Amino acid sequence: MLIKTGIPTPEDLEKVYPSEERMLKGPVAIIECFQKIPCNPCTEACKQGAILPMKDINDIPEMDFEKCNGCGVCISRCPGLAIFIVDRSYSEKEAIVRIPYEFVPLPEVGQKVVGLNRAGEELGTFEVKKVQSGGKKNMTYTVWLAVPQELCMEVRNIRLGGVTHGE
Amino acid sequence: MKQTEILVVGGGPAGLCAASAAAELGADVLILERDSKPGGQLVKQTHKFFGSKKQYAGDRGIQIGDFLLEQVESNPKVEVWPDATCLGIYEDGVVTAEKDDKHIKIKPERIIIATGAAEKALMFPNNDLPGIYGAGAVQTLMNVAGVVPGKRVLMVGAGNIGLIVSYQLLQAGVEVAAVIEAAPHIGGYLVHASKIRRAGVPILTSHTVKEAYGNDTLEGAIICRLDEKWQPIPGTEQDIKADVMCLAVGLSPLTELCWQAGCKMKYIAELSGHVPVRNEYLETTRPGLYVAGDVSGVEEASSAMVEGRLAGISAALSLGYGKDKAPQLQAEALAELKELRSGPTGEKIMNGIMKLLGKEGAAC
Repeated sequence: MLIKTGIPTPEDLEKVYPSEERMLKGPVAIIECFQKIPCNPCTEACKQGAILPMKDINDIPEMDFEKCNGCGVCISRCPGLAIFIVDRSYSEKEAIVRIPYEFVPLPEVGQKVVGLNRAGEELGTFEVKKVQSGGKKNMTYTVWLAVPQELCMEVRNIRLGGVTHGE
Repeated sequence: MKQTEILVVGGGPAGLCAASAAAELGADVLILERDSKPGGQLVKQTHKFFGSKKQYAGDRGIQIGDFLLEQVESNPKVEVWPDATCLGIYEDGVVTAEKDDKHIKIKPERIIIATGAAEKALMFPNNDLPGIYGAGAVQTLMNVAGVVPGKRVLMVGAGNIGLIVSYQLLQAGVEVAAVIEAAPHIGGYLVHASKIRRAGVPILTSHTVKEAYGNDTLEGAIICRLDEKWQPIPGTEQDIKADVMCLAVGLSPLTELCWQAGCKMKYIAELSGHVPVRNEYLETTRPGLYVAGDVSGVEEASSAMVEGRLAGISAALSLGYGKDKAPQLQAEALAELKELRSGPTGEKIMNGIMKLLGKEGAAC
């Protein structure tokens, strides 16, 4: 259960997924935000009007998937780092998952990094296709990762070597 | 004796917003800040804030702190005294402070206390071993001093502070062994929990520390599961190796000055302890003495900023400033607070405030 473990359940996720048909069309935002908290920057980030305005600031974000063009502006604007973009139109075998990332060092384009699921379990190594800055002030990066189609709804984080103080 | 119209005690989010709001209406303000850099807890908040644009949502706490400080420093009506600790508030209205090793007397016409809160401790054997810190202390060590606290951390408490500091430890390259939480549910925002969970940190609810161990410094802790009555379940002990333990088990309002000033105090569990009784505009039972932020009930920085603004406007208005626009500004601040507290996460705070205002059971 999400409230006990921090891991959203398949039932939680089902509520926020676009239709398969929409997913195959091209990049689309998936907002993995399941709790009513006072927060609304996502609604102001979206210039397409795809993230619907909230009546109450505590509302859970709602999407109009047909309006979403997958631009990804919302990814780095969400304070909870809860928005991902999935593009299943990337190739027959692979999809692109765009992930918010706030760790150093940043991965480099072409680098193979470990993909993690929502429980932090390793799913394999995948290639980084693009690294986008959220801007000097925002400081959240977006990492584009090519993953097998069947893992595009599983991979939600990456791990690469870096500075650790363990040794 | 130093004269000022409004004295703000504490230069955190509430105090800085109170000073700006009061000065904008025309009042002269003096801020006393114990630390060498004002900003309160904002100086170490490297994560993005929630709320709405009005409370700078999406910006990081450190950026908000700098912005609020610039705002007061650019206002000639505000004087900021860093490294100045308020010592007492007396019956004749004189406030004493220590600054640059000198004992200073101040005579303000109004006082706004925005002293914030302090971290709570937890009782268990060996809780005095070096390596056991308050989570806020570790955040200061890392994000202000640039020092990592150790190699592997056990975080106790899955409220927002525990979750956020865990994330920041990971960002600093420190391993987080686990986050344990005595309650059956994660108390902080679930998006914060998901962020550290997908980085591989287990979150164990219904778990507590049985004891810590180590020769000279912390080497690990025995944790165990709790039943529905919060009693340890025998046989569920686990040994977690860690050289650092962070306690993020809640905050207590820092109310010493309110007690000493003779404000009527009330114990409200929902507001995290004894808090001064105050009216809707944050004036306490001592006329001319206002409170804002965590000292009046532990909450988020977003509401502390709005409370600060409300106290600042109200104090300035009571001195005759901004008679035309202050009532409108007060109404706006009250509406923002209501909005921030209207959801399920604000329910506890609303209940606490209703108890404090003596309106239990009344619709808010």
